[in-house]
Amino acid sequence: MIRHLISAADLSRDDALLILDTAEELAQVADRPIRKLPTLRGRTVVNLFYEDSTRTRISFEAAAKRLSADVINFSAKGSSVAKGESLKDTALTLEAMGADAVVVRHSASGAPHRLTRWVRGSVVNAGDGTHEHPTQALLDAFTMRRRLGRLDGLRVTIVGDVLHSRVARSNVLLLDTLGAEVTLVAPPTLLPLAVSSWPCEVGYDLDAELPKSDVVMMLRVQAERMNAAYFPTVREYSRRYGLDGNRMALLPDHAIVMHPGPMNRGVEIAAEVADSDRSTIVEQVANGVSIRMAVLYLLLGGSESETERAEAAR
Amino acid sequence: MHALRAGADPHAGQAAAAAQGRSASPPGGKVVLGSEEIRRALTRVAHEILERTDGAGDVILLGIPTRGVPLARRLAAGLAEVEGRPAPVGSLDITMYRDDLRLRPARKLGHTDVPPSGVDGRIVVLVDDVLYSGRTVRAALDALNDLGRPRAVQLAVLVDRGHRELPIRPDYVGKNLPTSQREVVQVLVSEIDGEDAVVLGKGPGPSEPEASE
Amino acid sequence: MTDASGESPRAWLIKDAQPLGGPATDLLVRDGVITQAGRGLSAPDAQQLDAAGLIALPGLVDMHTHLREPGREDAETVLTGTAAAALGGFTAVHAMANTDPVADTAGVAEQIWRLGRRAGYCDVRPVGAVTAGLNGSRLAELGAMADSAARVRIFSDDGRCVSDAVLMRRALEYVKAFDGVIAQHAQEPRLTDGAQVNEGEISGRLGLAGWPAVAEEAIIARDCLLAAHVDSALHVCHVSTAGSVEIIRWAKSKGWRVTAEVTPHHLLLTDELACSYDPVYKVNPPLRTAEDVAALRAALADGTIDCVATDHAPHPLEEKESEWQVAAFGMTGLETALRVVHEAMVSTGLLDWAGVADRMSARPALIGRLDGVGAPLHGRALAVGSPANVVLYDPSARDVVDPAQHASRSRNSPFAGMELPGRVQATFLRGNATVLDGKLAR
Repeated sequence: MIRHLISAADLSRDDALLILDTAEELAQVADRPIRKLPTLRGRTVVNLFYEDSTRTRISFEAAAKRLSADVINFSAKGSSVAKGESLKDTALTLEAMGADAVVVRHSASGAPHRLTRWVRGSVVNAGDGTHEHPTQALLDAFTMRRRLGRLDGLRVTIVGDVLHSRVARSNVLLLDTLGAEVTLVAPPTLLPLAVSSWPCEVGYDLDAELPKSDVVMMLRVQAERMNAAYFPTVREYSRRYGLDGNRMALLPDHAIVMHPGPMNRGVEIAAEVADSDRSTIVEQVANGVSIRMAVLYLLLGGSESETERAEAAR
Repeated sequence: MHALRAGADPHAGQAAAAAQGRSASPPGGKVVLGSEEIRRALTRVAHEILERTDGAGDVILLGIPTRGVPLARRLAAGLAEVEGRPAPVGSLDITMYRDDLRLRPARKLGHTDVPPSGVDGRIVVLVDDVLYSGRTVRAALDALNDLGRPRAVQLAVLVDRGHRELPIRPDYVGKNLPTSQREVVQVLVSEIDGEDAVVLGKGPGPSEPEASE
Repeated sequence: MTDASGESPRAWLIKDAQPLGGPATDLLVRDGVITQAGRGLSAPDAQQLDAAGLIALPGLVDMHTHLREPGREDAETVLTGTAAAALGGFTAVHAMANTDPVADTAGVAEQIWRLGRRAGYCDVRPVGAVTAGLNGSRLAELGAMADSAARVRIFSDDGRCVSDAVLMRRALEYVKAFDGVIAQHAQEPRLTDGAQVNEGEISGRLGLAGWPAVAEEAIIARDCLLAAHVDSALHVCHVSTAGSVEIIRWAKSKGWRVTAEVTPHHLLLTDELACSYDPVYKVNPPLRTAEDVAALRAALADGTIDCVATDHAPHPLEEKESEWQVAAFGMTGLETALRVVHEAMVSTGLLDWAGVADRMSARPALIGRLDGVGAPLHGRALAVGSPANVVLYDPSARDVVDPAQHASRSRNSPFAGMELPGRVQATFLRGNATVLDGKLAR
């Protein structure tokens, strides 16, 4: 198993399937009277969250605690970071505290990558800038597999601000690794210039893609993007790219609707869609804990490998 | 009790073995229990369970993956033949409760499947292929503890090879097999390996990842 | 290096050097001038220097350096920066104006000029800001700076772009009065708001805001047309894209007075390096693609790009050790420049040593007006009568770049850990040895 999880591209097909299968087993823990396993007892997991994200942090915290690990929460607000402590110094402090794993969310793309140079434990990327959010992609794939029974050949349409979305990047990479077929739909201004080099298709017409989709994943769109001229008005965006009741009716019967959250009800997704049976938004949250348990177990639950020991000695 | 004989179709086991990529003949080593002896042992164990649990009315069998699971199913089928009622059977993976996790890279989990009746107030019979150090059973007891509160826990194993490292003893034993620690005991079951056999070989060969200890 | 009397030698006999890579020749230097050149020279009163196997080049001239003093002496000072320059084989450097205070007055320009003279490692030519405070809205007192003791001729807001078209036009017109040159840092600010790396496949993959090539090319095109329209001289700083090369080639073909420079790092490195998120590779303009590198090399070879300029941009450790977004832009380059050009241009057969002398000495001296009248003479051929600004370079040496060994105060070199050919063995500034045996001589 790999030592750090920074990008969905770090995972081979076997690695990714192992995580999904492990999560499948660990999901049972949520239904037991005692929602705990002793596996990571005595290990320390640090949640290093520079960006506010209660949901993701709680998810990782629940996952670590269910595995009996000790959890230390380090949030940037009001901490030494707010007083100007550098990422490096924070990392060295965590290292001195003996963090076995550092789960990091940061507004700067590449921050987890930099951390791997300064900590010896495992680094898990919980979202870095507009780069990646690999555990989100894993829980999304897990949700799809649970609902639809497969991933190979599944047709997934991802809609929204792809340019600024770490969720989109991770999903495109992971779904490609797992054999699904991804189509991105967005106004051209919200697609990266070099998107043609990504392992997916691209379309500008949402209505054309919906009847062919097994999964529709809506990405959050910030209204402020309007001020940087990415789209003229929220109204126009919603009209052309929002998933409302009419559009939902274009979907095949079995198709599901996903959203990584938090949602802008009425912008990219209508309330009736978010609350419908097709929507997996609520179960995505529970699945998040199972996936994160699987990731923490696979990264920390065994011995350090030969390579890791050699690296640590250097 | 033909239900305890490995699969009616002689080719089914071979196909399974081929699918597993294993040859059907035992690797270097001596066969100390053949398929007939295994069948007879399991038959006897099933009767013993019925006796000691007063008809196995509230017994639930939990096999420890990997090979404890098909053995548990065979025992359940055996109980059902005599009593006419199916006995609840499932599996209990103990990977997350092992005491030796840090010695090897993180392991793939086996499947846990607890029958809907649950374990509370029941007699749980843990089923495994080989009893060795007792650590697997210790882990299974911890796992069971987090699932509920059985009335009693008993242990059924196909082979007891000695060398206990913990105060654990089996309730039902298919065969006592004294071994030296340098020897390797390998249990083959037709559902997985295409044939039934217990093979005693010289170690250290390729390690047996699912070998009970 | 001093002779027995404790003074610097007034005469040097450099034996068996290979001027521009040509046949072995002796050079006799006396009182700051090359007095003889030939075989088997003898001068018993001169300090002998065995230059067998060494290539002799005219002292290199850098059109684009950041010496950081006044204001950012934690990163570099005129003393440490010019020492680094001498170790890199430079005898003259143009010091950019984005200091603190900005070099937008005669007073600051003269201060920098004097610091250079006092340090004595190389001639420091202060570049004057185009706009007061680099604010892009009002012209600085370009005339006062031109008339000052520093005799400023190159003006640049480098670090920032003079993006206002009217202001750029006025600046181009105004400097005609004293044969000045506007050196533009071409970067359309609105297209590069928050930009971090070249916009392309890498930026999309890494989740970093892109710096599109068009933001450089559009400004260059506009400025070439403006320079033509008002018949003035434009110099384009740190050209980084294939498209920019095309535009400059076109402008030159029309006979317009456009010159251009390229940095050593843009001749060798690509945006792939950003994948490590190590900010040592963060620079403005950013590292581009392999296609851009190839176009820049070809342009330097055929003269479309006139010269190599280091854009030496030292930064203290804390500004380069953080996450990418927050880190400063810039790379050091004085001490590695010649070696990088050797690797990128000479080893690849694109340029010979005569070409290197032209692109790193003669042409930058010409563009910088280092003509012996307003400023000391540089860039002359290694011939009798020329000032003795000489670099002796060992092309056969090879080692791994270690910034900890650099004379610059800062360590942000993108070539750290890279093996490069060559070594500057000696540098002479008007007959005074600033570097001997690969080390500072004073």
